[in-house]
Amino acid sequence: MRTEDFIKALDADARSKALPLGTAWWLAAGAAIVIAAAVFWLTIGPRPDIAIAMHTMRFLSKFVFTIALAASAFVLVRGLSTPGASTGRAVSWMVAAPLLVIVAVILELFAVPASDWGTRLVGTNMVICLTLIPLIGIGPLAVFLAVLRHGAPTRPVLAGAAAGLLAGGLAATFYAAHCFDDSPLFVGTWYTIAAAILAVLGALGGRLFVRW
Amino acid sequence: MSGKDEAELSRLLRAAIAGDERAYADFLHRIAALVRGFARRKIVQGGVDPEDVVQETLLAIHVKRHTWRHDAPVLPWVYAIARFKLIDAFRRRGRRIEIEIDEIAETFAEPESETVSERDVNRALDSLPPAQRSVVSAVSVEGRSIGETAAKFGISETAVRVSLHRGLAAIAKRFRAGRE
Repeated sequence: MRTEDFIKALDADARSKALPLGTAWWLAAGAAIVIAAAVFWLTIGPRPDIAIAMHTMRFLSKFVFTIALAASAFVLVRGLSTPGASTGRAVSWMVAAPLLVIVAVILELFAVPASDWGTRLVGTNMVICLTLIPLIGIGPLAVFLAVLRHGAPTRPVLAGAAAGLLAGGLAATFYAAHCFDDSPLFVGTWYTIAAAILAVLGALGGRLFVRW
Repeated sequence: MSGKDEAELSRLLRAAIAGDERAYADFLHRIAALVRGFARRKIVQGGVDPEDVVQETLLAIHVKRHTWRHDAPVLPWVYAIARFKLIDAFRRRGRRIEIEIDEIAETFAEPESETVSERDVNRALDSLPPAQRSVVSAVSVEGRSIGETAAKFGISETAVRVSLHRGLAAIAKRFRAGRE
C-alpha cells in the first residue's frame, strides 16, 4: 500500500477519540489511592496510637520521605510516557527522597547511642514491611502500567521502573501510618528494599506488557 | 526545521485532534515527508525499507496522538516516535543501531518514490478479519469516503467508522507482535 493511500485511512479515522494522557494520569492517581487505601484498611489499618505518634518528628518524617518519592516518581513517569518530553529535571528530582532519608539517617546516628543502632535498624516489623508495602502497591502498579500502555513510552523498562517507584511511594505512605518503627534507620533500609521490589516488578511489567 | 514549521504543525495537529480531517491530512502529509527524510538518512545498510518505517510511524502517531500535550512542541514528539519505530524495525530484523538525536536537525522532507513494493502494512492488512480488511482497503487503496464505503457495503457510516478504527488498531497491534 502506498503511503498516500494509507494516510487516507488514518485521516478518515480522525474523529476517533482517546482519553488525553495527562487526564489519564490524574485519574490513575485517584484510582491508585483508592485501591491502596482499601487494601490498607482491609489488612493492617493505622496504628492505634496514631494521634500521639503524629506529634513526633520521627513518625512525621516517614511521610515526608514517602510523599517525596511518590511525587517525584509521578512527575518522572508522566514524562517518560510522553514521546519527546524532556525528563532531565524530573530525573534529578528523584534524588530528593533518598537525600532526605540520608540526612535523617545521619541525624539519627548522632541522636541515638551506637549500641541502639542495631535494634533500631532491625525494628520489629521488618517482615510485615517487606510484605505489606508490595501488597498495597501491586494494585496501583497495575493501574500505572495500564496508563503506560495507553501512553507511548520510548523507554518502557525505565518507565515501568518509575511506575514501580510511584506505587512504592504511595504504598509506603499508607504503610507508614501502621508501622511502629519510626527510626530513619529502619525506614531507610526496609522501605527502600520494599520500593525496590516494586520498581523491579514495574520494570518487568514495562518489558512484558508495555508495547506500542 | 524553522519555528514557523513548528507553529504550523502544532496548529494543524490541534485542529486535527478537534476533528478537522483536512487539517489532519495536511499534517500527515508533512509528517510523512519529514519522517521519510529521517528514515532514508538513518537506514544506510539494506534490510529495512524506509517507507515501512514511515508508515509504522504514521500509524503510531495516529493511535497515540492523545499523548501529545497541546502546549508541547510537535517535532520532538514526532521524531521520538519515528526514532522508536526505526530502532524497532532494525531490532525486528536482528540488527543493532544507535541513532543520534542531534542529526534530526539535518533531516529534510522527501517525497514518496513511485515504486510500489510489498509492504509490512499489506501483510498486516491481510491478517485482519474480512469486514475490517475490506473497509480499510476501500477507504485507503480505493480512496472512497466514509459515506461511499457505507453505501458500497450496505452498512451504516457508524459501522464503517468502527470497522476502520478497529482495523487500524489491529494493524498497530500486528506491528507490535512482529517485534518478537
